[in-house]
Amino acid sequence: MSQSYDAIVIGGGHNGLTCAAYLGRAGRRVLVLERRHLVGGAGVTEEIYPGFKYTVCSYVVSLLRPQIIADLELPKYGFELLPLNGTLTPMRNGDHLMRWHDAAETRMELMRHSAADAEAYEHFSMLMYHLGKAVRPMLSMTPPDPTSLAPATLAKLADIARTFGKRTDYLYDFAKLMTMSSADFVEQWFETPALLGTLASSGIIGTFLGPRSPGSAYVMLHHYMGEIDGEFRAWGLPRGGMGAVSESIASAARAHGAEIRTEAGVERVLVKNGRVTGVVLEDGEEIHAKVLVSSLDPKRTFQKLIEPEHLPDDFRTDIDRYKIRGSSGKVNLSLDALPDVTCLRHLSADQRIPYLSGAISISPDIEYLEHAYDDAKYGRHSRHPYMDIVIPSLIDPTMAPAGKHVMSIFCAYAPYELAEGNWEDNREVFGDAVIDTLSEFVPNIKDIILHRQVLSPWDMEQMMGLTQGNIFHGELTLEQLFFLRPVPGYADFTTPLRSFYMCGSGCHPGGGIMGAPGKLAAQRIIADTA
Amino acid sequence: MAIGTPLHPRTEPLCHSYDWTQWSGYLSVSSYNDFVQPEYASIRNSAALIDLSPLYKYAVNGADAAALMDRIVTHDAAGMSVGQVIYTPWCDPNGMVRQEGTVFRYEEDRFELYAAEPALEWILRNAVGYQVEVTDRSAQVAMLSLQGPHSRHVLDAATDGAIGALAFFRCTRARIGGVDVAVSRTGFTGDLGYEIWIPAAEAVSVWDRLMEVGAPWQITPCGLVAMDIARVEAGLILISVDYVSSEFAHTDDDLVRPYELGLGWAVKLDRGNFVGRKALRVANKTGPRRRVVGLEIEWQPLEEAYMAADLMPELPMTVCREPVPVYSGEGLQVGRATSKVWSKLLKKYIALATIDADCAQIGSRLEMEVTVQYRRSRVAATVADKGFFRPARMRA
Repeated sequence: MSQSYDAIVIGGGHNGLTCAAYLGRAGRRVLVLERRHLVGGAGVTEEIYPGFKYTVCSYVVSLLRPQIIADLELPKYGFELLPLNGTLTPMRNGDHLMRWHDAAETRMELMRHSAADAEAYEHFSMLMYHLGKAVRPMLSMTPPDPTSLAPATLAKLADIARTFGKRTDYLYDFAKLMTMSSADFVEQWFETPALLGTLASSGIIGTFLGPRSPGSAYVMLHHYMGEIDGEFRAWGLPRGGMGAVSESIASAARAHGAEIRTEAGVERVLVKNGRVTGVVLEDGEEIHAKVLVSSLDPKRTFQKLIEPEHLPDDFRTDIDRYKIRGSSGKVNLSLDALPDVTCLRHLSADQRIPYLSGAISISPDIEYLEHAYDDAKYGRHSRHPYMDIVIPSLIDPTMAPAGKHVMSIFCAYAPYELAEGNWEDNREVFGDAVIDTLSEFVPNIKDIILHRQVLSPWDMEQMMGLTQGNIFHGELTLEQLFFLRPVPGYADFTTPLRSFYMCGSGCHPGGGIMGAPGKLAAQRIIADTA
Repeated sequence: MAIGTPLHPRTEPLCHSYDWTQWSGYLSVSSYNDFVQPEYASIRNSAALIDLSPLYKYAVNGADAAALMDRIVTHDAAGMSVGQVIYTPWCDPNGMVRQEGTVFRYEEDRFELYAAEPALEWILRNAVGYQVEVTDRSAQVAMLSLQGPHSRHVLDAATDGAIGALAFFRCTRARIGGVDVAVSRTGFTGDLGYEIWIPAAEAVSVWDRLMEVGAPWQITPCGLVAMDIARVEAGLILISVDYVSSEFAHTDDDLVRPYELGLGWAVKLDRGNFVGRKALRVANKTGPRRRVVGLEIEWQPLEEAYMAADLMPELPMTVCREPVPVYSGEGLQVGRATSKVWSKLLKKYIALATIDADCAQIGSRLEMEVTVQYRRSRVAATVADKGFFRPARMRA
């Protein structure tokens, strides 16, 4: 039996699916191979506890490129983002800080804490608007290699400079942002501890850095440069959980003729004379294709699927040195009722809803976050973790039975490498630390939990195949960004092996439900095989 | 001075934005909160509760009720079964649209007509010689529109399951919170939805009951701004925005026939006489001179126009009702876009537009005027079916 495809995409995460959809759209015969029983990778919705749907890992969307949504007509296939009302930061004194979606409301709320912060917030927002606008074109471009003096490269570099438009003064701020810590960056503007903590927390998500570690400011920008409906920094909740986003991309791919096989894990990539020829599945089946694309992270791709003799030594070293330390966990809860948040007790049940219909951030101040990081530095999970919480069922009633709720808790830090013990023994201990900490702000939380799912970085590695449980397929630190991502010389989605490409979050522009690596890789493949 | 609707005691404390609009002398909530998107999202994802009490409501009862309704509207009102609802325009003797609205047949000889603008004088003028009693019930009847994919769950909970089977464009009687109401499977959102017609004095009890039983489905009070987004996505035209009533048209250019509004299907020429039939028969043969169509404004050129001005694209997140010219590829003005909005649901910039018939075929490439940083420019747009979003659940 001869099964031959133009391209095989290894891994059915959102980037693999996006890549397949674009390849299919260009008329290529594509096969996507997914190890699990469902597509989506880290973007899945699963009913772990009957009636309650968990958006298991990834849970909110901002970075998915508008052009991809339009090109693949994702709304036609069930892609729908619901609005988050804002971000609630409960404070330890029983007060709270609420950043509403509406700017004027946020200003009034900030006035309550600091008149200076309220004013600075508008200037800060303006700066972020300009930085977001400047970075935007880079998200849709294959990074130019500055060691090349090819005219096309120089033109691209000039384009990047031009993206700052007439406001070149923002270039200085950009340089600062790329090098500072998120704490230092936000402290230039603000004084309210809860505001500082919450803003700085964007700089530590998915990265093994503390808020005072240089480089974390960029991670903050990474979370701010998304846009929904032309609005920077907006985050939305996918209707039906993140699985619905993955499913919509899968449907678009199928509509463009792509074939998607689940429970078809790739064991090994076949290489002959420096060129890839196909894959061997876990059950021994061989499938051949003209081109292979891996949406897995770089370490998994090059250290698990390809025998070392096929790769150049320097490349192997670079891949080995690639930083992919997992630092976060996820706790998903089925709840019998709405959480009773201490800082909202002065409000009626109805009045609390808007406060809970967004993100809830456990980040009372920068020190809190830095202490959480201190634990992780020495191989312990945070005793008082940072948490980014959403209650999807409050916005999307299909996620839980009527009147019940699901809660998604992103929590840091949970270092992949533990100083003592292993994650199988420590998973629930970490889960307890999360719930104990949360109960300081939500006293009834333990009474309303019907079911709890705790995912450590180790679990994410086992379940989703994320090496070391790193949610971004490699840390978003400066030395691993743009023309250095994942490794120097291979930021253009190619690899040292002929006909072998990468399209995962380990490629430029990086992690998050963005789709850009998948699209850019597809464009590269289409050009190379035209 | 505008007054509150029968639901004002409930809507007023919830209207945190203080954003009210005047509709027929009543205060209607534009949006309850400054951030309107959650209200819109409730229409598409959970259940939205919208106070539409200012609608005009007329009862036409008596032996000749069917005959009179049939005479007034272009649709076949006499052919309606009891419990049926129709959507129909009504025209002047020249076949020009005065208004459109819904007609309910509650019993053989009991009809009601609901409209956004007054129509009493028109009904009375046509009623001469008919054995009917025409009553303006506008102030006596409040109306709550319950819209959204979970509206059926909410209504079932509120009526002990009595409503679930009600079919699209049917009406029935029910009890909610001890109040006798009429319920219809209708709405102005293009989604699954119901409209509940309530004795004004008891409207508050019905609101309370719906809010109480709807809580598990995140029932959300929703203002007119959010509903406006939904109705544009559904391609539902609005009087005085997408067309002008012949009653108030200052120029011939403003006069429209049902065919131009895409309502030809609701003109039943092959039956007894009705107001405007003769003129419409002629018009039906020649075809409309223009059509109300959908426009999809292309993203790429729009983005380029803004980026050229060093700005991110500014998209209308709520419906912009300021009409702008629409041009052919050759630069001739061929119409106007009257309702424009960025659809967060469809991730498209859409508009309802009145376009000359020869340019109004689906797929026609046109240009819409856009002003960026005080400069006018034109952005490519494609004619589309104006029912941008009509999910199966709307009729299910």
